[in-house]
Amino acid sequence: MPDVRETTLDNGLKVLVQEVHTAPLASVWCWYRVGSKDEAPGVTGVSHWVEHMNFKGTRNIPRDQVKGIIEKFGGSWNGYTWIDQTTYLETASKDALDRMLFIEAERMDGCLYDPADCESERTVIISELQGGENDPEQLLDTEVTAAAFKVHPYHHPTIGWLSDLQTMTRDDLYGHYRRFYIPSNATIVVVGDVDSDDVVKRVAAHFGGIAAGTRPPRVRQIEPEQQAERRVVLRKEGTTAYWKAAFHAPAFADPAFFPLLVADAVLNGAAGLNIWSGGSVSRPQRSARLYRALVDGGLASSVSGGLMPTEHPYLYGLSVSVAEGQSLGPVEQVVLTEVARLQRDGITPAEFAKVNAQLRARFVYDNDSVTDIAHQLGFFETIGSWRACHDLGSRLDAVTPEAVQAAAVKYLTPENRTIGWFEPVTQ
Amino acid sequence: MALAPTGTVLANGLTVIVKPNHTTPAVSLLIAARIGAYADPADREGTAALCARVLDRGTVTRSAAVIADDLDGRGASLSVVTGRHQTAISATCLAGDFAAVLGLAADIARHPAFPDAEVATRRADLISSIRQDDDNPAPMAVDALARALYGVHPYARKIRGTVPSVERIRRQDVVRFYQKGFQPQATTVVVVGDLDPDATIASVATAFGDWPASARASEDQSGSAPPAGPAGVAVPDAIAPHERRLVAVPMMNKAQADIAYGFVGIRRSDPDYTTVSVMNNALGQYAIGGRLGDSIRERQGMAYYVFSGLDATLGPGPLTIRAGVSAGNVERAIASIDEELTAVVTSGFTEQEIDESKSYLIGSMPRQLETNAAIASFLLTTDFFGLGLDYDVRLPGLIQSVTRDAAVDAARRLLDPARATIAVAGPWNADRADDGQGHR
Repeated sequence: MPDVRETTLDNGLKVLVQEVHTAPLASVWCWYRVGSKDEAPGVTGVSHWVEHMNFKGTRNIPRDQVKGIIEKFGGSWNGYTWIDQTTYLETASKDALDRMLFIEAERMDGCLYDPADCESERTVIISELQGGENDPEQLLDTEVTAAAFKVHPYHHPTIGWLSDLQTMTRDDLYGHYRRFYIPSNATIVVVGDVDSDDVVKRVAAHFGGIAAGTRPPRVRQIEPEQQAERRVVLRKEGTTAYWKAAFHAPAFADPAFFPLLVADAVLNGAAGLNIWSGGSVSRPQRSARLYRALVDGGLASSVSGGLMPTEHPYLYGLSVSVAEGQSLGPVEQVVLTEVARLQRDGITPAEFAKVNAQLRARFVYDNDSVTDIAHQLGFFETIGSWRACHDLGSRLDAVTPEAVQAAAVKYLTPENRTIGWFEPVTQ
Repeated sequence: MALAPTGTVLANGLTVIVKPNHTTPAVSLLIAARIGAYADPADREGTAALCARVLDRGTVTRSAAVIADDLDGRGASLSVVTGRHQTAISATCLAGDFAAVLGLAADIARHPAFPDAEVATRRADLISSIRQDDDNPAPMAVDALARALYGVHPYARKIRGTVPSVERIRRQDVVRFYQKGFQPQATTVVVVGDLDPDATIASVATAFGDWPASARASEDQSGSAPPAGPAGVAVPDAIAPHERRLVAVPMMNKAQADIAYGFVGIRRSDPDYTTVSVMNNALGQYAIGGRLGDSIRERQGMAYYVFSGLDATLGPGPLTIRAGVSAGNVERAIASIDEELTAVVTSGFTEQEIDESKSYLIGSMPRQLETNAAIASFLLTTDFFGLGLDYDVRLPGLIQSVTRDAAVDAARRLLDPARATIAVAGPWNADRADDGQGHR
């Protein structure tokens, strides 16, 4: 097990450091326990918009000095917002460590929210939303997710609803920022060619003076058990048909998560658990059940499954791009037949050995840079505990073929699913 | 830290490059042939793309299912990708599986069977992906730009081909394409990861050493074009347009328009390559998109993305500026690009802009050469363009020597708004567009 230094400052800021001395680099990530699930109706998308505003100058970093602040050191910076989290990163030469910590401390406590910047960013974000809407698969995903959740705020997309983006105010943004951007709601992760003790001292110097603040309220809504299958049919101009199913699924901490992850690997090949760079190595899926039935069978050009590690119970998704000249009905029939076969007959010992090997290999690929190692520590800390990173193997060890079948029987049922069709209409 | 890879050439002409990296117990493997879509037959665009999709779907001794079971059982990933001038088998596996995965990948490179059923299935897949692109403004804008900018030059053609061109491709075309390009003297193998260099070179020699240099499979020899050796591809110059041109691809069902605004760029062998790279970074890459990002995203809030990209390869690939904007902002975004280019051409860059771009490009090298896959890709590129195995050591000096004046001269050479070619795909129907190219 790699050695992770864990400490908490007096103001509640959690600090995680892992020394990796293979390259003269350091990666700094600052994580906040706030995502789109923490948003009230009327201000959906506020977390993501706040993320954009937090790149626009602070008390001690004038607006015109933001550009290049880390690039000068050869570094890159970025950030993302999803349903449970908002995070920011810099990866650069280890000599820039102080600079990176300074930026994150400023971001936590000193962002300006200039009204003109808020307005200018409104159109950038609407452009981001509309760029996404150009993709029919994303449109379908948004509709299916919204239909699957009636009560829990996982219902709305992270980017927000357009009407909210058009009406949100600067005060909405700033209020959200002050409420959630406090040390006791954050984790700072440093991984790279650094000395752990030195990092802890530097973090304390940069962040120690920030007031602890009041811990923000957490989401209390619980999605009621779904009672019947739901269906969404989009008929729009397009060239390709898309099929999607979303099943309510266990949260990451639930013992059923890993059995369902193995079930997904049997159906689609193992995808790993790094949502930051997980797509960089393609899935080993050509021997997977749905790939053979749909893609080798000529019905689809691609198929994938998605079980994401989340704080609350989210969704297990199956997504299919229908092949040119084929149609949605037969695709649906094949998927549901394969799901029924998994429930009825379970998995073979050979499949069990295969997907175990796949998942273990993915957990290695998931950590192939200091940036990715730091991502994984912070990601799991934000939805539970960083220690989960080191428990992936033992949780997989505990999975039995019977548990995989039981998870399929419990979760992949008609009354637990929402099915979406994108039917292209030619004009 | 210099990469200092180990390179050697086997007796049959195959190049091997190996670099240990012990960060994770994994290995990245590339087997790249110097042939790509540029070699597609005139009326069969997409041949390289189809070859890439079928290449790993069965060898003389292994069926597609056997290959899939072997790779999937190890959690190894293997794919075949093609570009204009290269086709590469790319694999990632755990270090303990490397010998087996190398053996399998070598079999795929040397003895593909191209089963008829697989050709049919993967042709249908390729057509489906072309149809998906037809509904996506980003590739539609880029393709329309290539057609308008390059005209009769081969770089006007699509790597994926078109539905009619792919429907015309027969198995024999794919086999001919393979035979023309997959030869040891035109192939480079790069291995990076948790490995011992000498043992790895020995393994590659075992897997490829008996591949005869004149290798031509026994079938389909008649009528095939003469093989293009590694240096055998002579890409003609492209005639840069003399006037400005605006092309619209109306896609009224879409929420946002994509703009591709471009010029004929330079070859990788151009002595100004590094200078143009620094200029391109300052123009449309540095921080959130260089000068273009400052104006269009940061000051005007018009677009989520705007950037410029330089595709310098064997021939003069394009220098392309890309932006995604709402239909109501298309004219304003184009005018802003014009304005920024005019400012660069008339007033140049500041000393600070060029210094910052140089610092970034030099300083980012350790980060960009951290993972096995990134190092392997870098080493393959240096080999392909003959830059030398010490290129990572020389590159900082090359970048450092670029002057502001040279960068401004490079901008003046390439970026003239009066001769720009612009394609817009999306919910926008330009009255002023030249059109004739839109096809929806």
